[in-house]
Amino acid sequence: MNTIFCLAGIVVKELYRRKDFYVLFVITAVITLIMSTVSFFHQAGIVRYLKDLCLLLIWISSLVIAIVTTARQIPAERESRTIFPLLAKPVSRWQVVAGKFTGCWLACGLALAVFYLFFGAVCLAKEGHLALAQYLQAFWLQWAMLAVVISLALLGSVVFSAPSANATICFTVVVGILVVGAYLQKLAALQPPLTAWLLTLLYFAIPHLEWFYAVRERLIFDQDLIGWGDCALATAYAAAYAAVILCAAWLRFRRRPLTA
Amino acid sequence: MKLSPGLILALLLTVGLSLATCLQPRAMAWTQGRASDHLMQVLLGDGRQILANQMFVQADVYFHSGYYPSVFDQLHAPTNAQHMTHAAGAQAGHEPEADAHLHDHHEEEEHEKAMGFLGPPGNWIERFGRKFAITSHTHLANGKEREILPWLRLSAELDPHRIETYTVAAYWLRRDLGNIKEAEAFLRQGLEANPASYELLIDLGRLYYENYDDAARARNLWTAALRRWMAQEGGKPEPDLAALGQITVRLARLEESQGHYAKAIELLEIALAHKASPQPEALRQQVQALRLKLARRP
Repeated sequence: MNTIFCLAGIVVKELYRRKDFYVLFVITAVITLIMSTVSFFHQAGIVRYLKDLCLLLIWISSLVIAIVTTARQIPAERESRTIFPLLAKPVSRWQVVAGKFTGCWLACGLALAVFYLFFGAVCLAKEGHLALAQYLQAFWLQWAMLAVVISLALLGSVVFSAPSANATICFTVVVGILVVGAYLQKLAALQPPLTAWLLTLLYFAIPHLEWFYAVRERLIFDQDLIGWGDCALATAYAAAYAAVILCAAWLRFRRRPLTA
Repeated sequence: MKLSPGLILALLLTVGLSLATCLQPRAMAWTQGRASDHLMQVLLGDGRQILANQMFVQADVYFHSGYYPSVFDQLHAPTNAQHMTHAAGAQAGHEPEADAHLHDHHEEEEHEKAMGFLGPPGNWIERFGRKFAITSHTHLANGKEREILPWLRLSAELDPHRIETYTVAAYWLRRDLGNIKEAEAFLRQGLEANPASYELLIDLGRLYYENYDDAARARNLWTAALRRWMAQEGGKPEPDLAALGQITVRLARLEESQGHYAKAIELLEIALAHKASPQPEALRQQVQALRLKLARRP
């Protein structure tokens, strides 16, 4: 376990040494703050558009951080040949996969916490109150969802040759799930039998990340709390998918030659 | 001769300023009189209408607090913006009784039915997913309607010829948000971009009559609206009867309050002749009552 956390610590340090997070945070903060100064019909108390925009930027930023940070982990180690001394420590390959995953997930959690602190400050300043429980649920569920995204990017990093290709494919898959994931069965109903069967299979096989995205809307529109039991089930669902994808990544990485 | 960098900079600045004064009038001509156009309008061209429509839909999404059919449920998407004013007004109990026959409550029922697009969940994924999604049909109330205003403002900026944008925004601004000056300014902005619009004249008339108690101006505006309706819709096979009903009934009510019973009867008869009211019987009774009042007058 110590080995995994040592590897994770290196990944977290890498995140705060790199500029990605700072750039994305500054962009999010500047856009949100500029938009908060806009007045519509001299009407006070208009805040949902701002929450919507800020959360959208947070979602985009967190996906960019998660995918880009994870996609370059193993290829960078291979390219700089630091993977050889690492595996000679002795550190097994599953520990490398688990360590990289834990590090990326924790790093994303840290980044997400900073984003949500900013979001909370904006809500508090504009609305005068903060629905803390809803806010914590949204943070937690988004972080849980990122575990699936990170494991996907990690699998991609041992399957695809270049981090850029991996990042692009991961973005496409994640955005695809968020946009059409919930409607695959409806689409299947309009297709010929074979396509319909494939779409239905896909519908039941993919991780339904759109559930987690829906929590963002609940926060914007001041909806009631989600049951804590449902939150726990959704967390278990994300953990199960992350574990399955990580296993696939480890199986692939285990047999992969480290030299190009 | 050696020139100092300061002198070179001063020279370049002078040349730049001289060129700017020379080129600015020409640059104005390049825009072909569209100098006042919004940057987005110049950049997006006609494509901005699509974006404006999307902004209006977003206002509707906000009005329903996020409960809205997706692109995959387009059969259930609202086809007009009436529910954003009529149904909500009735729901909040604001609609004056006298206005009841102006609105078709059947449309409200239809809207309610259409918004039941979710149906029962088909499998466990859908069932569990609904625990996170917004699944109840509500309309904004208690001043929260202000949340739709940014999208309506943006929609108007992108497509100044979309009438509903002005009428919906002005409706909430003047009724529940108490921002009458802004409602008037926005309607006038719409009227400037759409001088032939009878819908905007109806709403401007309502604002003068209901908020400023200025019957004379309201009469002028509604009379102008009636004239424009006749010119634009009179010859159509399927004219906008709801708007005609609004104009004639409101104008008739105004004339009645001023004691001009004959004029009021004339207006209500126009509405009856065009079958402009969803409740013609109520209008007939109103005409009868006015005739009695006219007969009793010395």
